[in-house]
Amino acid sequence: MSTATTAIKAKQRPGDRVFSASAVFAGSMILVTLAAVALFLIVQSLPALVATSEDASILPDNFWSYVGPLVFGTVWAAALALLMALPVSIGIALFISHYAPRRLASLLGYIVDLLAAVPSVVFGLWGIGVLAPAVQPIYTWLVDNMGWFPLFTGPVSGTGRTILTAAVVLAVMVLPIMTAICREVFLQTPVLHEEAALALGATRWEMIRTAVLPFGRSGIISASVLGLGRALGETMAVAMVLSATGAVTFQLLTSVNPSTIAANIALSFPEAYGMNVNVLIATGLILFIVTFAVNAFARWIVSRRKEFSGAN
Amino acid sequence: MTTTMKPEPETATAVPIANSLTAGRLPTPAPWIILGTAIAVAASIFGVLALAAGAGYNWGGALVVGALLYIPSIWLFSSLVEGRRRAMDRLVTALVTGAFVLAMIPLISLTITVVTYGLSRFDGEFFTFSMRNITGEGGGIVHAIVGTLLMTGAAALISIPIGLMTSIYLVEYGRGRLAQGITFLVDVMTGIPSIVAGLFAYAVFAIFLGPGVRLGVAGAVALSVLMIPVVVRSSEEMLRLVPNELREAAFALGVPKWLTIVKVVLPTSIAGITTGIMLSIARVIGETAPLLIAAGFTASVNYNLFADRMQSLPVFVYTQYANQGNPPEAYLDRAWAAALTLILIVMALNLIARLVARFFAPKFGR
Repeated sequence: MSTATTAIKAKQRPGDRVFSASAVFAGSMILVTLAAVALFLIVQSLPALVATSEDASILPDNFWSYVGPLVFGTVWAAALALLMALPVSIGIALFISHYAPRRLASLLGYIVDLLAAVPSVVFGLWGIGVLAPAVQPIYTWLVDNMGWFPLFTGPVSGTGRTILTAAVVLAVMVLPIMTAICREVFLQTPVLHEEAALALGATRWEMIRTAVLPFGRSGIISASVLGLGRALGETMAVAMVLSATGAVTFQLLTSVNPSTIAANIALSFPEAYGMNVNVLIATGLILFIVTFAVNAFARWIVSRRKEFSGAN
Repeated sequence: MTTTMKPEPETATAVPIANSLTAGRLPTPAPWIILGTAIAVAASIFGVLALAAGAGYNWGGALVVGALLYIPSIWLFSSLVEGRRRAMDRLVTALVTGAFVLAMIPLISLTITVVTYGLSRFDGEFFTFSMRNITGEGGGIVHAIVGTLLMTGAAALISIPIGLMTSIYLVEYGRGRLAQGITFLVDVMTGIPSIVAGLFAYAVFAIFLGPGVRLGVAGAVALSVLMIPVVVRSSEEMLRLVPNELREAAFALGVPKWLTIVKVVLPTSIAGITTGIMLSIARVIGETAPLLIAAGFTASVNYNLFADRMQSLPVFVYTQYANQGNPPEAYLDRAWAAALTLILIVMALNLIARLVARFFAPKFGR
């Protein structure tokens, strides 16, 4: 960009040229990398899109009938996780930003961030070893007493490793990022709005309802969409906790559970060969497209509001 | 439970409005008394149930039910004494605090579990042996630690220059559409599922080296796809914090732009950048799925990134759990001990990163 033009005022030393060129090069590497991710995935998955069960042994019929239940399971598990994580993360964010003592607030925020530091494989171990046995009696009770509710029909899973357990683990894993974004936007509520509400005699909850929540609405939306993106792509925790059979079912507590794309890849890839590898990569491509769209949507919402940066 | 609340109306009537500001409000310790009563009631119910069933006492259940009982009771008492609006306020306070406590349960439970299960194999043999020729008990994680260090190191070697230069481009040079596009794509890249990064690395190497390839360097490429956006975002934020006056002072002295960046901007922000890089390493060091796909797993030590499969700590945890042999306890113990090691490494990185940020931050002013 600087080589052809002569209108530059400052003198261009060789060091300047090298440095700015390498900065531009590094920046372009981001574009190249994303393009390469898309390109290589597409190249590897093209043969799988037209494959039949004769070409690839894991296909029941054709590619789309294989990926359909997986897409359903991915979206279903992520939606359940989001449904549980959203109210809790708004609550935590409010607690840290408006309820906790000021001096404790940053420490409490750091403790919530610690959840994000736990590797997903450890969450998986914890989910099987602790969570699933702990919730199994609750599931039995739910099936016995609330079985009339369509989502809770039996027979109950004996291990507790159902889609609901996987969704709980997912919810715990997406909590930190959602809390961080909600907290950041809640903290940026104009103090004058809050004080005005309090001065008019509002209780703390009424102040939050009339000043903080309307201000933070776009932050809450983008937090939930980003959390959805994370939950869609989370692999190991689901792969380990969920005992999947690949069925399409909405029932939460039985031993018949849909699998997710990411978990299915992690479980099947080490033993895959030949065309099966391409089929799995093609499912990965679909996951990539879905999460890309979800994340782009979230960032678009964030970028409409330039005041906050959208924490990571 | 009602007994705890009886004194309140009595004092209000007996002492004729001692203080008009506190009249018609619950006394300060009332929420704690109600909470204690609720837990006591729940505990006694669970005690009766435990006696009837002859089973062990369920402390966790009693606490959870007690806390759940507190939420409607505080609302009820507050609405009786203080009116509907304050009752709503107290209800929300209880719910919001409850949300925070709820989020702490998995963290505490996970910490306790990993430490108790992990300590049983946290011994000398565990850190001096690999899994080569070991079935059943014994064995260790040397091969996994070597693989993790090599692959994470290689990923850092790829990601740090690219990430740092990208952030310098965005802050110091970037104008117009390219910078906007890069900012947007970096944001989107932070959301790439880790398994897709693994598939990408596999696809790249499979096209050039044939199918079925598993290499340490492929794992490193997968990790750097995940690491670059984190490095870019954190470094960018730190570079933007450098006051413009410093740059202008350097320019006024005739310092070239690149020297200004190298000698003024970077030293000022180096503490924050180091913190960001360490946090990004802490993030990728626990990634399992991409390494499982791209680097595979093995039982032997492999020092060569460019040949053969390479084990890593998170994949070790997964494979020990997933491919249990005989006796299964030996495999599970190894999985938990490796999980403990992994968590300790991640926590140490996090802690050091925060300390670096705190103690090496530039001090402006005099």
